[in-house]
Amino acid sequence: MEARQLNVGEAIPFEPTRRRTAYWPWLAALAAAAIIPFGIYPSFVMELMCFALFACAFNLLLGFGGLLSFGHACFFGSAAYLSGLALRDWGWTPELGILFGTAGATVLGLLVGMVAIRRQGIYFAMVTLALAQIVYFACLQLPFTGGEDGLQGIPRGHLLGLVDLSATVAFGDRQLPLALYYFVLAVSFGGYWLIWRTVNSPFGTVLKAIRENEARALSLGYRVDRYKLAAFVLSAGLSGLAGATKALVVGLASLSDVSWHMSGEVVLMTLLGGMGTLLGPVVGAVTVGVLHNELASLGSWVTVTIGCVFVVCVMAFRRGMVGELAHWLKRTL
Amino acid sequence: MDISLQAILSQAMLGLNNGAFYALLSLGLAVIFGMLNVVNFAHGAFYMLGAFVALLGYDFLGKWLGDEGVRLSFWAALLVSPLLVGLLGVLIERLMLRRLYQVDHLYGLLLTFGLALILEGLFSNYFNVAGEPYNGKPAVLEGAVNLGFMFFPKYRLFSIVLSLAVCFAVWFLIERTRLGSYLRAGTENPDVTRAFGIDVPLLRTLTYFLGVALAGLAGVVAAPIYSVSPKMGSDLIIIVFAVVVIGGMGSIMGAILTGLALGLLEGVVKVFYPPLANTVIFIVMALVLLWRPAGLFGKEA
Repeated sequence: MEARQLNVGEAIPFEPTRRRTAYWPWLAALAAAAIIPFGIYPSFVMELMCFALFACAFNLLLGFGGLLSFGHACFFGSAAYLSGLALRDWGWTPELGILFGTAGATVLGLLVGMVAIRRQGIYFAMVTLALAQIVYFACLQLPFTGGEDGLQGIPRGHLLGLVDLSATVAFGDRQLPLALYYFVLAVSFGGYWLIWRTVNSPFGTVLKAIRENEARALSLGYRVDRYKLAAFVLSAGLSGLAGATKALVVGLASLSDVSWHMSGEVVLMTLLGGMGTLLGPVVGAVTVGVLHNELASLGSWVTVTIGCVFVVCVMAFRRGMVGELAHWLKRTL
Repeated sequence: MDISLQAILSQAMLGLNNGAFYALLSLGLAVIFGMLNVVNFAHGAFYMLGAFVALLGYDFLGKWLGDEGVRLSFWAALLVSPLLVGLLGVLIERLMLRRLYQVDHLYGLLLTFGLALILEGLFSNYFNVAGEPYNGKPAVLEGAVNLGFMFFPKYRLFSIVLSLAVCFAVWFLIERTRLGSYLRAGTENPDVTRAFGIDVPLLRTLTYFLGVALAGLAGVVAAPIYSVSPKMGSDLIIIVFAVVVIGGMGSIMGAILTGLALGLLEGVVKVFYPPLANTVIFIVMALVLLWRPAGLFGKEA
């Protein structure tokens, strides 16, 4: 994330963008993801995919826009609650429920974004944190959310009214929820693809320019505030998509989904994997998820460990795992 | 709606009490932010730590020393606890924060967030999350005084007065003394300040010590009122952040006045519409930001 300072009159280095896109990494990743449930516990993998999408959506804002939101859990969690409401109480089909949650998070993102982008840096972080807290209290007190218990028993339903998402397929002596798994895989890959397209679009380039030097971008005539707001809304919407999908997978929307600890967790995922890299948040989300899973029996030592990882990341390797690797390979990942 | 004036006044007094804690905590936060440009996310954890030093000193010190009779009295805790918490702060500033001044300020926030998780997690392992009562409230402060409209607990009155006195002392120290002018000069222009022969790194350590010690002090004063629990800091820190944002980050007077006013507002709202009491501060924050992005007492950046 080193800022490049160009001097006045110096020629801007022209780097021709590659027009042809390599599709094989996508296909390889999809193929790998498609066979994973036969080896690893699918529910855990599905949860990881949701968190990976959440971290990627967050990274769109932090890594490419340079905006540290400390309240992103409010989009993740509120979408989980909204889709839970639509699925359980209104009996909507899963795809409509998820869309409803995502739309809700997008609208919320617009409202929060409009207030928050008026400040920069640390102020921005604190404003998003405080606004997210309003959402937290709303989720605690609104009549449909179940208060401390959360919104429980969210049904999986039938996709498009046809495919039963709670159906399982026998594989050896295990029952695999393959329908749900491939649906979640499609959703998270779709979201990830959208982020990848955004980052590599002219919009993404302007966003990076704003991150590097906001005053310069402004003087070039870009309406910086609009770009920031658009990035914020997009990131909020995709975080909502992740949260709604997670609610479908776990069957539960809980207060921990909207709490500021969750906001901190997604920052850690991004930081640990490498902010500003495309792959980093995925690696970070998987690492944090596995860490939680492995240490679950240790009680509060999980929190201590996560805190230590945080401190080590900030002190020793700010590029994150993928960032360090990319730096070492001298290419972007 | 039938609400007596007495109910409003008594809630207002309780709110003022909360406000005194908000003021003390946001003052520490504002001092650290104003001088070091660090958002001290661990502030709530230091507050919790301050309360725990008082609790452990009263309940366990004797057991550790092998003499059941030895106790750290409340008055001693008022001095010892901020000192110990402040020293931990010095260690953290010297070993970690110091290395982050050159990079983006966001890393300071992230580091202290990690530290907050570590401290909260450590204490959650050994202490009940539901909280433990502090039994060391001095006998002098038992009972209540008649304020005319209500009987107000003596201890709460004491905590309000003490907090306000400390707030004023810190304001005086920073705005009116020579040390304070060095501190302010050190933030405005570290290089020039250094050229005048002033030890800027030492000033920074001192600043962090002061801010963190204020959090520790708030913890001790809060211990007899609220139950001492590992979570007490993380519940409060977000509110204190909102107070600092409303007051204008880095503004000393802004932090004090806003803290008091918002505590009062929260108390009054609790009378009229209880569910809103938790949220009202954040709503005020959103409104203030729409109207004055720099906060009520902040200077436009």
